[in-house]
Amino acid sequence: MSTEQHVAPAEAQEPELFENPGTEEHRERLGDVDPRYAKANERLIALILAVSALASIGSIVAYVALPLEDLWSVRNSTLFLGLGLGIGMLGIGVAAIHWAKTLMSNVEYVEERHPQRSDDEPRAVAADMMKHGVEDSGIGRRPLLKGAALGAVALAPLPYVVPLVANLGGDWNVGAFRHTLWGETPEEYSGRLPDGSLGRRLARDPEDTPIRATDVTNGSVFHVIPHGLNEHEHFYEEKAKAVVLMVRLDPDLLHEPEEKADWSYNGIVAYSKICTHVGCPVALYEQQTHHLLCPCHQSTFDMTDQAKVVFGPAKRPLPQLPIAVDDEGYLVARADFDEPIGPSYWERLQ
Amino acid sequence: MTVSSSTPTARPSGEYRPSKAMGSTADLLDTRVGVAKAVKFIGRKIFPEHWSFLLGEIALWSFVVLILTGIFLTMFFDPSMAHTTYPEDAMPATHQGMEMSVAYESTVLMSWEVKGGLLMRQMHHWAALLFVAAIVVHMFRIFFTGAFRKPREINWLVGFTLLILSLLAGFSGYSLPDDVLSGNGLRIADGVAKSIPIIGSYVSYGLFGGEFPGEHIIPRLFTVHILLIPAAIVALVTVHLILMVVHKHTQYPGVGRTDNNVVGYPAFPVYAAKMAGFFLIVFGFIALMGATMSINNVWNYGPYDPSPVSAGAQPDWYMLFLEGALRLMPGWEVVIAGYTLSLNILIPGVIVPGLLFTFLAVYPFLEAAATKDQREHHVLDRPRNVPVRTALGVAYLGAFGVTVLAGANDLIATHFELSINDITWFFRIAFFVLPVVLFIATKRICLGLQRRDRELALHGHETGRVVQLPDGAFMEVHKPLTDEERWLLVAHEAQRPIEVGPATDRRGVDRPGYRADRIRHRISRFFYEDRVEPVTPAELAAAAHHGHGPETDGHPEEPHEIHGGSMEVTRPEAAADEQVEQPPSGGSIATLARGEKG
Repeated sequence: MSTEQHVAPAEAQEPELFENPGTEEHRERLGDVDPRYAKANERLIALILAVSALASIGSIVAYVALPLEDLWSVRNSTLFLGLGLGIGMLGIGVAAIHWAKTLMSNVEYVEERHPQRSDDEPRAVAADMMKHGVEDSGIGRRPLLKGAALGAVALAPLPYVVPLVANLGGDWNVGAFRHTLWGETPEEYSGRLPDGSLGRRLARDPEDTPIRATDVTNGSVFHVIPHGLNEHEHFYEEKAKAVVLMVRLDPDLLHEPEEKADWSYNGIVAYSKICTHVGCPVALYEQQTHHLLCPCHQSTFDMTDQAKVVFGPAKRPLPQLPIAVDDEGYLVARADFDEPIGPSYWERLQ
Repeated sequence: MTVSSSTPTARPSGEYRPSKAMGSTADLLDTRVGVAKAVKFIGRKIFPEHWSFLLGEIALWSFVVLILTGIFLTMFFDPSMAHTTYPEDAMPATHQGMEMSVAYESTVLMSWEVKGGLLMRQMHHWAALLFVAAIVVHMFRIFFTGAFRKPREINWLVGFTLLILSLLAGFSGYSLPDDVLSGNGLRIADGVAKSIPIIGSYVSYGLFGGEFPGEHIIPRLFTVHILLIPAAIVALVTVHLILMVVHKHTQYPGVGRTDNNVVGYPAFPVYAAKMAGFFLIVFGFIALMGATMSINNVWNYGPYDPSPVSAGAQPDWYMLFLEGALRLMPGWEVVIAGYTLSLNILIPGVIVPGLLFTFLAVYPFLEAAATKDQREHHVLDRPRNVPVRTALGVAYLGAFGVTVLAGANDLIATHFELSINDITWFFRIAFFVLPVVLFIATKRICLGLQRRDRELALHGHETGRVVQLPDGAFMEVHKPLTDEERWLLVAHEAQRPIEVGPATDRRGVDRPGYRADRIRHRISRFFYEDRVEPVTPAELAAAAHHGHGPETDGHPEEPHEIHGGSMEVTRPEAAADEQVEQPPSGGSIATLARGEKG
């Protein structure tokens, strides 16, 4: 039993930190002392290797025997080739590790570490070498050469880099972002408006058949492309800009500003299908709420109110395509979009 | 007992007599390229063992599988965006006569008409997912155990660069089949590129060689995917592994482990067998995944067309955080002097990932500044012993996790029948709140675990054996720790905030560097102000002498300690009814010494 008086000197004698007790003694495994266990492990490893070999052979048999004829045969071929490959590899792997863990020595060894820093002597030698090298080169005494070499080295990559980067963008015609096929009115794909001007016909995506205003029943949704798009040389690029979603709503629901009162026809409104956020197709229309939802990032647009954003990361409403009906009853675009479609970019408003 | 003197070294003692063929081959190589020196250097090099050291190995081996399966795929893939029509006599029937690009056609053909093609495609995709996952988990193992500390800061940066390269490899590969999903992924990349101030439209135009989608992006990404990125990864993996050998692997704290040694098994034969075996296990595992789990069956989505998009579409998991950040961001866009600045894309697409990655890259240097520690560290930290680092890591993963989940907010909405708007708002708030909550909670848990370690080191194990003292009090007998057990709890060193010198020198002149010291002091206080220091030998001795210590004399009727909850159980009637063999009642660790009671 101790008291306060005994404690003080005892504390004074204690070291500041505990001492590392040192590595534990090696404990022998069952297989180290009893050869029967080692033999059993040896047999097990051999068995696993045999399974692996059989699996590899089986995989080749599957390759030769299983034809590719329909969905099921493709699936079976994939399954059996893969099982053979997988079990073949896994078998060797498991066997190797079991061998290492049970039959190879598990005596732990200790290796000294040395500091990363070099000893003083090699450091001094290295510094000396560098000093001599720099002196030999004469770079310190010849500042003209230093400047000339730096300048030449800095310029030399340019003949490689400039053509590489400059050619990446082809014609660099970024002004093309502003125009879509709706502004082009070739005779065969357009209809004549009452005022005598031509308008590109609206067509079904992907069939490319023109749409009559009378086909658009109340509440229906049309995925629309410019008529004749499929014949265009740059089909994908133009389609990526020109796709439109068209719905017919009760005209009483529509909120239309004065200047855009004639952009719709009998409650039929058409908006760009390219999201003003990062450009996904805004493809999900909710009949009940008249909301248009982008499946990529959930920007939600109100089709009754100028396709304004009601939720999500988009800022701007979808651009509206002004539509009318031509003398044959087909829906046509009265003009191109009045702003660039799709995601924002720096000089969009210029 | 000193650490190394009594333990064997891995150098061979007896003379090695090779077989004749082996001997002459070895001689041939040594007299020409001096191979004996290399064998001497690496042959019996010691590596420590722990399951968490396998995480980086999973990344390495899945990269090898990626190369092997990727070579197979290049034999049948044609990276061309030229238009073509799917052959009428090829499977699947749904595609016969369909308009598509050559890249998409060759992807479908190699899946349906090339034996083993689908298997290799699926293995390649699973291996890619595993590759990035293993890198991330490996990186956080390094983070939480402090393996990035001196001298390994450069290797941390090499690993960080490998993480970025793995993301680029994943994205460039994902885009190659030219199906609807990958095309929409590229379209999002185009939108993000366009949002870059001033040069955005030119970046987009340069990337696609014209307007989106153009006919250049897939051949370009193909070169990036199969040449530039793999070459860079191979080069950096080489540097990564050379540095690992140069530094010698870190080891977990334990008996005999110090900053001056490495304890483990020799490279040959143990690690040669284990590493080769593990490679084959990873290979076999990926092969089984490719055989049994279908992934990215592009013919279900169809060839790329700018018009359709499928709902519930997600990118591969490692891109979810970017996708989620884009989804969470409110629609902020400003116009400055007629020029548009898309904050709704710039912040989640550039600034947030920029901050997340920068934090990872600079963290070792931040912590070094806080500790002013210039020593080499080779023994790993137990995460609880560095509470602020651990808490920062968990908070980081929390923020990352929110963006990942937000990238699947539509699936959460449809699976749990919740409003997508509510989910998005929840994640918007959680992105800021959750990391703070996780930081505080993790730090407290770490400090609590350290206190528990202290208790254990000071007082030993609970035995569940409760005895009654002559004065009626109950107490629990504690069993002392062995030296080995205690070492694990006390081996780490206490970290304290650094001291700052005075603002002025002796003559009252402002001391240069004082301001920098103040900042460093503040960071250091943030890290180490709250701390639980490890038990010192003096404290252990004091605890034993005061009667706090473990019972060592083998007389249970004279125990030294009364354990928590004793106040309740010492009521006379309860004590009389229930005899001594009663488990400790409370969870409290409050201790009460007999001397203090008397």
